[in-house]
Amino acid sequence: MEIIAPPIDLTGIMPMIIIAITGILVLIIDLFLKERSKNILIFISLTGVIIAARVSFSQYGGIHYSFHRTFVMDTFSVFFNLIFLLGTALTILISANYIKREEINHGEYYALILFATMGMMLMAGGSDLITIFLGLEIMSISLYILAGFRRTKKESNEAALKYFLLGAFATGFLLYGIAILYGVAGSTNLKDIAASIPGRLFDQKPLLLMGMALLIIGLGFKVASVPFHMWTPDVYEGAPTSITAFMSAGPKAAAFAVFFRIFIDSLGNMEPNWNVIIGIMAVLTMTVGNVLAIAQDNIKRMLAYSSIAHAGYILVALVAANSLGFTSVLFYMLAYTLMNMGAFAIIIILGNKGEEHLNISDYAGLGFKRPLIAFAMSVFMFSMAGIPPMAGFIGKFYIFSAAIKAGYIGLAIIGVINSVISVFYYLRITVIMYMREPVREFNPISLSPLIILALIISVWGTLHLGILPGTIIEFARKSTFAFF
Amino acid sequence: MVPLSHYLILSAILFTIGMMGVLIRRNVIIIFMSIELMLNAVNLTFIAFSRFLNNLDGHIFAFMVMTVAAAEAAVGLAIVISVFRNKPTVNVDEMNIMKW
Repeated sequence: MEIIAPPIDLTGIMPMIIIAITGILVLIIDLFLKERSKNILIFISLTGVIIAARVSFSQYGGIHYSFHRTFVMDTFSVFFNLIFLLGTALTILISANYIKREEINHGEYYALILFATMGMMLMAGGSDLITIFLGLEIMSISLYILAGFRRTKKESNEAALKYFLLGAFATGFLLYGIAILYGVAGSTNLKDIAASIPGRLFDQKPLLLMGMALLIIGLGFKVASVPFHMWTPDVYEGAPTSITAFMSAGPKAAAFAVFFRIFIDSLGNMEPNWNVIIGIMAVLTMTVGNVLAIAQDNIKRMLAYSSIAHAGYILVALVAANSLGFTSVLFYMLAYTLMNMGAFAIIIILGNKGEEHLNISDYAGLGFKRPLIAFAMSVFMFSMAGIPPMAGFIGKFYIFSAAIKAGYIGLAIIGVINSVISVFYYLRITVIMYMREPVREFNPISLSPLIILALIISVWGTLHLGILPGTIIEFARKSTFAFF
Repeated sequence: MVPLSHYLILSAILFTIGMMGVLIRRNVIIIFMSIELMLNAVNLTFIAFSRFLNNLDGHIFAFMVMTVAAAEAAVGLAIVISVFRNKPTVNVDEMNIMKW
């Protein structure tokens, strides 16, 4: 047995170091701040995120392994890093006033968001099951705390408890899958596992299949795919709204990054074994998500089911397992982050302290009273429904063309049918906003410059990605070269 | 020497006991203990494979799992306490404000 000390090469993890240092700085500075000067923390965290994004962007191109091949900085992980950092920046922008209103304005809030972001970046760049597992846990543990951040509210407590128990349960399955995969392949490195699988497919196939199934359970939970989705609506409803927005964008993208990396990079040789399972999961996820979303009255719950349905569309791209599919996923995750953050920003704007006005009927008449906000909400709803010229349409178009190109025509047809079902509940909000008489006064107290900035970025991004998607598609296509 | 399969069967049994505990028991603390049992079953698998393959990765992984389990325990118990302050119960069936 021989031990090799890995050479220390920090360039690969520079963005993560920046985010971690920012998080620690926020924690320390928070100690010395009075209640009213806590706005400084917003600017410290935003600065950290922007610097990290700048550094991450400058690392684009090429493949750079560090820490004895346990961490890789390739185009794929850089693209995901940029998505996470965008999600984090938007979350910080939309939470500034919200956490003051809900009286949870503690410095730990920003620190935990930053630590969760660091975990996500570790996941996207992990090329060893150890780093992937560590990243996943750094992210999850921060999110368990954030989900229960409104300590005095019963809903928030319940959301945190449910998320924690089910999340830890799923981690058990994921770890058991990793352990078995390690036993079969003799290594935890993704590339080494891939290299050893062809030789093991004959004599140790049952163990391999068992490890793969356990991994699908563990990761399926993290991306909220049916039948492992039961926690999603409850956690999304109970968590603070800004955290719900955060959870539905970054962590989901990170879990998908891991899902794709493990199943293409190291289990790619076993594709005939997993594509049927994941295909069935994709169909179930899309259908259950969309059908149950129709029945919801609470807008946060509706968006939770809609996020389940969106996970289903992305699983279709995983089944397709070609370059076009990966491109479409990168594009879709970016578009989804923008439109979802925007929708949650509007939910935050329309709530007041104590009464959050989460019922869909509370949106009646918004189009007459607040035309600009209603316009922004319609943009996000049209985009999620996949109506051109919004970003969501381009994303779905590429995902379904990837499925058709790979020969999964049935899957593409089911996806399009689901997309049609989803139009019903997205457009219902638009109809209520523009065609019903207002039932309440709209008094948006949370309308601060920061949240307006977040809304402008989301609306602009959603429209830009829909009308002129060329540059981003090309950028996403180059980012998949790490795999194909 | 005890063959590898004995370790694997033992850890599979422990994992199943832990899983059944999570699914059947209703007390939050006992559910949490069952999850820890699942993680320890995984550790046993790692160590057994590591010894069998003569490879150190599994040992390292087991340490990581222990560290993470400790962090998770701290956060988990804190969440249980904050739930208990608002609603003095540890029965998961009573955590039912949000449904469907």
